[in-house]
Amino acid sequence: MRLLSIYAVLAYAFLHLPLLVLTVFSFNHSRFTQWEGLSLRWYTQAFADPALREATLNSLLIGGAATALATALGTLCAYALWKKKSPLFAGALYLSLMTPEIVTGVALLAFYQWLFHLLDLQLGMFTVILAHVSFCLAYVVIVVIARLRTMDATLEEAALDLGANELQAFYKVTLPQLLPAIISAALLAFTISFDDFVITSLVAGVDSETLPMVMYATARRGVSPVLNAVSTVIVLGLGGLILLSERLQTK
Amino acid sequence: MKRLRLAFLAPSALLLATLFLAPLVIVAVYSLESRGAYGGVTPPFTLESYSRILDPLYLKILWRSFWVAGVSTLLCLLLGFPLALFISRSGPRRGLYLQLVMLPFWTSFLIRTYAWMFLLRDTGLINTALLATGLISEPLPLLYNDFAVILGLVYGFLPFMVLPLYTTLEKLDPALLEAAADLGAPPWPALARVTLPLCRPGILAGSILVFIPCLGAYLTPDLMGGGKSIMIGTLVQNQFTTSRDWPFGAALSFSLMALTLGLLYIVSKRSRGEDLL
Repeated sequence: MRLLSIYAVLAYAFLHLPLLVLTVFSFNHSRFTQWEGLSLRWYTQAFADPALREATLNSLLIGGAATALATALGTLCAYALWKKKSPLFAGALYLSLMTPEIVTGVALLAFYQWLFHLLDLQLGMFTVILAHVSFCLAYVVIVVIARLRTMDATLEEAALDLGANELQAFYKVTLPQLLPAIISAALLAFTISFDDFVITSLVAGVDSETLPMVMYATARRGVSPVLNAVSTVIVLGLGGLILLSERLQTK
Repeated sequence: MKRLRLAFLAPSALLLATLFLAPLVIVAVYSLESRGAYGGVTPPFTLESYSRILDPLYLKILWRSFWVAGVSTLLCLLLGFPLALFISRSGPRRGLYLQLVMLPFWTSFLIRTYAWMFLLRDTGLINTALLATGLISEPLPLLYNDFAVILGLVYGFLPFMVLPLYTTLEKLDPALLEAAADLGAPPWPALARVTLPLCRPGILAGSILVFIPCLGAYLTPDLMGGGKSIMIGTLVQNQFTTSRDWPFGAALSFSLMALTLGLLYIVSKRSRGEDLL
């Protein structure tokens, strides 16, 4: 067990040090790896950059809309699957989770192009939002259904016995109990949507460049101190959301 | 009840059918058509795109993808098993330790890949430190090669291995190990001959869960492999963007999809319906 503990320390260092180092160096005054003292200059530059600002707004908008839709649909879906299992439906959700992103992305691109031949439309914000709803859905269902499984089904039966109809029983008894899990699922969906690059870059139009797309283009050219600062803000922000989400799941 | 259930299921069913399943069907159809003059596809139907996958040029890329994904999976297993074992034996702190594995996983994949670029590049922290100590006189070529890609994939998908391994280890009856100890087995042989064989379902599930995303990876090879390390993901992306050869890209995607389905089928058979859904 001692050997195992030493190994575990190393493994956790491997998992966490890269992001920690990036965070520390985002406060480095120098643009190179030599430490020249604390500075917020890269943060100031990042916040002043209009392209980054616009991309951030797009990402927040897409993430917000996709989260709202995926959470609403996923919650209803989870409830229905909890009432009665559907291997076919669960299989499709599971598959959507495991399909390589590049395949999902090009398939969606081909689908949109085919659709736009029939209708007079173009790739844009809404194609990205719809794509995000579809890949966030499975995550929402998993989180919500896990909570439903731990819940007392007799409460709903009691409501039905007391004269509530099924919709009322869901709305007034089950839904309030599910609320922490639903918020948790929404936070998770938002981080996944906010992070996505592969699918988004394939189905985005000219008006819907997201933050990961701008960051990716920068990263391909190499390391940039401004990117270190942006990364730190995102890691801290999304990390906070995830911690909150996990806390709500265990509550 | 039935009507409410169907009403609740309908919007998600519609969404999955139009935005996930229909696109896959379209890819399947496109993979059988010919390349259009200005990109896109035209009839006649042909299997040419599939036979082109067997072209030595592309076979080499496929082979490299399988090799990189295989090595990454093996490394994840070697690194992940002791970690899962450690977590499963940590008593009340198990939850916390597991969370510490999952936390980086939920924070941006792109940023985690970028963090390694920051460490590995010629003027990165590792090379700067090694140069300063005088151990090396020239920066080591750590980035833009297969080593970097494998490192990035292992880092990215290690949690996919640890989670199923931990789940199997946690369900393991401690009495079995006690029995082995009572019968005189020292800890290491007991691990090799009792724990490890009982973990086979977890090992299989973890390996497949890591292998699938590694094989289809796009972001990591593109950012950390440089131009030389092309894998299937990049090849697919190229067909749909710069090369504009949709039938070939579709054939590659569909093959990748078929493989994914096959592997997932194996997992679902073995897990006896203990799925997440």
